[in-house]
Amino acid sequence: MDDKRLESIIGQLLRAGVLLSAAIVTVGGILYLVRFHAVPANFHSFVVGGADIRTVPGILRSAAQLNSEGLMQAGLVLLILTPVARVALAVVGFAMERDRLYTVVSLIVLAILAFSLTHAG
Amino acid sequence: MTALEFSVVVCGLSALAGFLGALTGLGGGVVVVPALTLALGVDIKYAIGASLVSVIATSSGAAAAYVREGFSNIRIGMFLEIATTAGAIVGAYLAGRVSTHALAIIFGAVLIHAAYTSLAKGADGAHVVKSDKLATLLRFDGDYPVDGQREKYGVRNVGTGFGLMFGAGTLSGLLGIGSGAVKVIAMDRAMGIPFKVSTTTSNFMIGVTAAASAGVYLSRGYIDPRVAMPVMLGVLGGALLGTKVLVRAPVRTLRLVFGVVILALAIEMIVNGILGKV
Repeated sequence: MDDKRLESIIGQLLRAGVLLSAAIVTVGGILYLVRFHAVPANFHSFVVGGADIRTVPGILRSAAQLNSEGLMQAGLVLLILTPVARVALAVVGFAMERDRLYTVVSLIVLAILAFSLTHAG
Repeated sequence: MTALEFSVVVCGLSALAGFLGALTGLGGGVVVVPALTLALGVDIKYAIGASLVSVIATSSGAAAAYVREGFSNIRIGMFLEIATTAGAIVGAYLAGRVSTHALAIIFGAVLIHAAYTSLAKGADGAHVVKSDKLATLLRFDGDYPVDGQREKYGVRNVGTGFGLMFGAGTLSGLLGIGSGAVKVIAMDRAMGIPFKVSTTTSNFMIGVTAAASAGVYLSRGYIDPRVAMPVMLGVLGGALLGTKVLVRAPVRTLRLVFGVVILALAIEMIVNGILGKV
């Protein structure tokens, strides 16, 4: 395993993640537009949405019921996770290269990411 | 405007954002936020959430292509990302404790200077630097494709770059925008990294930085799928086109585009600072 191979594997997995999330968002988007295309789009003032778009369990439940907003949001969450997956893959890759320095560097970045994602408030 | 019309318009504007974002390493927020708030009257909170989505979509969408082409340097990106993510946490902590109006205006002025030098420099300014001690120790040396061949480059001033990246992270935590500009400038100017490597490595980093604040935005409800859906799909399309152009485009042209986009960002920052919108 060298840098080039590691980068190409990371690149391919990233591509798969992005395509999958885009596909889910597209399906949700089509369902949403089929149903609500003629509804006036009004986003002038902010209204906090429900748990079905704000928490991961809520989003997954809503998506499992093939609710259009839940599906779109599930795809978006998957997209948000792609950079995290990329860092996690780098940890594994550098460890396989027996590159201790960069395994630690990637682990630190992953730890900071995990910290800020779980301290969302 | 109906939901269908809104989706189509937002998707089109976002495609432009993704295209420029992938070309410049700045992400799409520069275009997405004013397009949504000023042109379509969308509340700033939805716009910020959509901007975060656009940054990640640009980063991940373009990354697959750039990594394969061998432009971005994953070691440099990962090492500097420690500074940026740590800075972002400090920025989020400082938010609400310091005046961001003044900060936005000062940052805007700095960007105007950076835009001026980027536009005035015009020519490639290709100067291959020899790696200094720390950069060698960190194995930052790399090579990237130039006219079908791989050209080697070195890296210098790692300490300064690290400090600037921390600043970039703090700024993005405080202002919610603009960290990509500092990232590109730090790598290009301070560290002597070739422009295309700087923008594509910044492109890798902005996605990770944005993901760090995604949890907060999601739980606050800033990410609304009805707004973010057309943004994401448009940005992805634009970013994929942007990567194809970057690979072939001369550095001179890319510097010009970069200069114009950060000039727009500077004006946005200053106006928002004066109007008290940040």
